[in-house]
Amino acid sequence: MIRTILAGLPLTLLITATAMALGTLLAVPLTLGLRAGAPPVRWVCRVVVDLFRGVPQLVWLFIIYYGVSAGDARPTALGAGVAALGLVASGYLAEIFRGALKGVAAGQWEAAAALGFSPATTWARILTPQAARVALPAYTNYAIALLKDSAIVSTIGVAEMVFRTGQVARTSDMGVFVYVFTAVIYIALSAPLGMLSRRSDIKLREAVAR
Amino acid sequence: MNVLIDVATDLRDYLPELLGGLRLSVILTLSSLVLGLPIALALAFGVTAAHDVLRWACVAVVEFGRGAPVLVVLQLAYFGLPDAGVTLSAQVAATAALTLMSAAYLAEYLRGGIAAVPPGEVEGCLALGMSRRDTLRYVTVPQGVRIALPSMMGFSVMLFQATSLAYSVAVPELMSRAYSIGSSNFRYLSMFIAAGLLYAVIAIPCTWASVYLEKLLNRHA
Repeated sequence: MIRTILAGLPLTLLITATAMALGTLLAVPLTLGLRAGAPPVRWVCRVVVDLFRGVPQLVWLFIIYYGVSAGDARPTALGAGVAALGLVASGYLAEIFRGALKGVAAGQWEAAAALGFSPATTWARILTPQAARVALPAYTNYAIALLKDSAIVSTIGVAEMVFRTGQVARTSDMGVFVYVFTAVIYIALSAPLGMLSRRSDIKLREAVAR
Repeated sequence: MNVLIDVATDLRDYLPELLGGLRLSVILTLSSLVLGLPIALALAFGVTAAHDVLRWACVAVVEFGRGAPVLVVLQLAYFGLPDAGVTLSAQVAATAALTLMSAAYLAEYLRGGIAAVPPGEVEGCLALGMSRRDTLRYVTVPQGVRIALPSMMGFSVMLFQATSLAYSVAVPELMSRAYSIGSSNFRYLSMFIAAGLLYAVIAIPCTWASVYLEKLLNRHA
């Protein structure tokens, strides 16, 4: 019984990691768009970010899974799940990145310009490393939230942990135990992530100019 | 652009039914918040209590409510509890699950808010000879709540979006209705876009409001 549930763990982790990677990738252009000089670009990116964050993940999931098709081709449940979670993640992560860039002291930009660094070098060697440190705690928190949110893909039949938990609960008379067991697995998974983030945050913060 | 026309016609034809669902989503959100808030306040003090058993019990509730996926807690309340002899209706089960989640999250925000009240305030009360009760009632809690308010509003938006998961335990809220209409007219795409827009119409302005409130409260910080 426990083994059946745990067999879904790799898929849960895979979905979380893939969606987080997709979200991070999509968040980069969105972040740049939110900071763009041209107002129309900024507005479009603001609307996109707000829609990604303002519409529940389940709705995105169903829009993509039940609604999107190209000819006869329909997305797989796994693909739709990763896409939906990744889209929503990109909205939240873009906000986190934007805030982190704002947290890098203005003197750092000015100093880089004064020293004649090219924009590319300024971004690669000065801004990104510092902003990444500021963003880390919020980034890890989102990863933990995403781990839990990945459970929603069970509603379209992806056989990850919660889907299997439901199956086990239906065939046994120990429903409470089965669900609490799964919940404890999630809690056990997020505890070390949270601890790691707190510890690295303290170390990394020392390396950010104020 | 056919999709947009579909969305517009579906909104025209099914708006009353969708709004009925939205109403239930809002009721679920508000009742979980109202029920969760007093529990949260008790938990916020419980997790710092000197009594070991009490403290550990409160920590366990908070960690469970925050660490378990909402979907798992919802299904535990609806599909799991009957095995323990407790059968709840879908709506009561969903409210109970979301209340547990609210209590746990709000407890953390309140605890953080109360901890952020400057120690000088409490020392001032001591110096003035105020009782512990009055200190909490008139000084610590009101200021702590104010500090915690923006995050609590942010959480409320999250909770509102999380009510869509009550679809999985057959509560006829917005998502369930969009799904059942979609499965009768096979226009899933436009039905879900319509539902998404209705969620967004509430969630996005509320998020703006919480950001604005945070700026307002940080004016003098």
